Amino acid sequence: MSALRELGRRRYANLAIAALVLGIAAVFPLLFDPISGTVGDAIKALAFVVMALGLNVVVGFAGLLDLGYVAFYAFGALTVGWFASDHFSSVNAEAGIHLGVSEFISSLPGIHLNWLLIVVAAVIVTGIAGMLIGLPTLRLRGDYIAIVTLAFGEIIGRFAANGDQVKIGEYAFSNGRQAISPTDPIKLPFFQEFDQAFNIRPYYYVALALCAITLFVNFRLRDSRLGRAWVAIREDEVAAASMGVPLVKTKLLAYGIGAALGGIAGAFLGAYLNSVNGGQFQFGFSIFILAMVILGGLGSIWGVVIGAVVVSVINYYVIPDLLDRVATDLDLGFTVSQISFGVFGFLLVVMMVLRPEGILPERRRKLELSGEAGSADDALVEVRA
Amino acid sequence: MRLRGSSAPEPAGADPAHPIEAREGHTAGQPANGSGPILAAEGVTKAFGGLLAVNDINFAVPPRSIVSLIGPNGAGKTTFFNMLTGLYKPTLGRITLLGRDVTGQRPDRITCMGVARTFQNIRLFPTMTAVENVMVGQHSRTKAGLAGAIVRPPRVRREERAAREKARELLAFVGLQERVFDEVSINMSYGDQRRLEIARALASDPKVLLLDEPTAGMNPNESARLTDFMRRLRDERGLAILLIEHDMKVVMEVSENITVLDHGEKIAEGLPHEVRSDERVIEAYLGKRG
Repeated sequence: MSALRELGRRRYANLAIAALVLGIAAVFPLLFDPISGTVGDAIKALAFVVMALGLNVVVGFAGLLDLGYVAFYAFGALTVGWFASDHFSSVNAEAGIHLGVSEFISSLPGIHLNWLLIVVAAVIVTGIAGMLIGLPTLRLRGDYIAIVTLAFGEIIGRFAANGDQVKIGEYAFSNGRQAISPTDPIKLPFFQEFDQAFNIRPYYYVALALCAITLFVNFRLRDSRLGRAWVAIREDEVAAASMGVPLVKTKLLAYGIGAALGGIAGAFLGAYLNSVNGGQFQFGFSIFILAMVILGGLGSIWGVVIGAVVVSVINYYVIPDLLDRVATDLDLGFTVSQISFGVFGFLLVVMMVLRPEGILPERRRKLELSGEAGSADDALVEVRA
Repeated sequence: MRLRGSSAPEPAGADPAHPIEAREGHTAGQPANGSGPILAAEGVTKAFGGLLAVNDINFAVPPRSIVSLIGPNGAGKTTFFNMLTGLYKPTLGRITLLGRDVTGQRPDRITCMGVARTFQNIRLFPTMTAVENVMVGQHSRTKAGLAGAIVRPPRVRREERAAREKARELLAFVGLQERVFDEVSINMSYGDQRRLEIARALASDPKVLLLDEPTAGMNPNESARLTDFMRRLRDERGLAILLIEHDMKVVMEVSENITVLDHGEKIAEGLPHEVRSDERVIEAYLGKRG
């Protein structure tokens, strides 16, 4: 019974922490100018929190190393590019298709859907893409999964970057490095269309709401039948299958959920950044998000949130505002921004040496890394997925 | 060694020693009469490249019985187990569960249909608590999916509570102390881990329980208790138990029927006293006399 009571306490502790963190985050933009660059960076950081939490489902919960997460950012952003711009300029005899958008946008050609519909579309598109990438990896383990996902991320990235050459009918897949621009600003029911020129706070609050929803989904999944099945697969696939956990379905669900969350964040960024540039979906971005998850603590929900915030602060403040100045003062001949991925790589190495379990480690990972919970000898058993 | 193609068991039930009344698939539930085997293997063969690990084995587990599989190290016992539970696909042969052909089915499907197992080298989920381990064992008997996990409607809450309750009951049933229920499984003692593995297997409400060397590392006292426990499972829960075991005292005491494997072949089968005095069995274990 004491265990039950402790569980109850922990649940309320979580709620209290969530309320406190979200409360502080809600006040944060009010301390700055409505179009402050700091708030702009914070908006992107919040979108990265959503992505990191999505990747955490795949890598942290289910233990499937995914190096191609940028693909889902790409699909999410492209959904905005396709369905909230003049990309399909001649549909409906150049009158366009409009659904739940402002009066001005209703006069533009192309497909223009309300942003909430686009989020739904992005979830569907990326969820399917996530399962598709999951399929070939199901027979693989460990490092091999990483290689396949890496290749998948690269394929999608290349497709997006050269999408102006990839024609489906008369339309290009993307505009390549020319970017699909402008994309429609977010318009929510009961609210005016967001206007970045005067106030970016609404974007901030939408991003914060996405974070809150993602956090909720993460906690619920972790403490569920599905969450236990993921841990079981991560720790011993053979035993998990023998206990009745269907490997294919359970793994695909992890891929699908991780992808869908990446797609939601991508759809948000596509709308917020006002353009979808095919060149922005690089391999480095996958590592950028993965670094958040690993620095924060694989599988640890609050840890990943901290990791995402820390890496974003380093990326948007420490490197451009502090280190670059140092580099200029020392007359190094290059800026630290140019080698920012080197900085993240260095940070990861330092972290692996000093604190491999992450800033705020998950209980299970701590046990696993302590070496006591070594994985079983799989050499002799072929798991048929 | 070579594959004997002729031994491919096409006509089911050709071997009169193993009558299998329901040949093809859809007789869900009990076999027509109570005496048919729950789990049966016909001509099951597994080749790894040129090595015949298991060769043309016929085998049956009757309901409410305890049968054993013995043999020297490397005889193919665990390979055979792995085929029964779906981890390996037989190269040749057929496996039926309650008369339904389950050859080559996925392990989780076979578990769902009523076969549960333990492992020779304990394979618990190390960072999960005892209760959580048993709850994973209930995976095929619970339903909550993705939406249920996120929304957590009353139905899912009830299911979750019931699963937790059942897990605690099973842990008590296998004789674990309540203070280790919420202990992480790697921190548990060896004997407790063995018990936990059995509880986890029982969680899927199996009809057949496959135990792979359950007394390994146990002292005679503990082995005797496990022997009693197996009888209880059979008599109180109506389970059929298939046992791989090296401890002959346990095997001879508890088994109704014993099958002996050597180099992948079945060399003897029968009642404990018959097997004990079988020339080929003695030879397999001790070498040729003279």
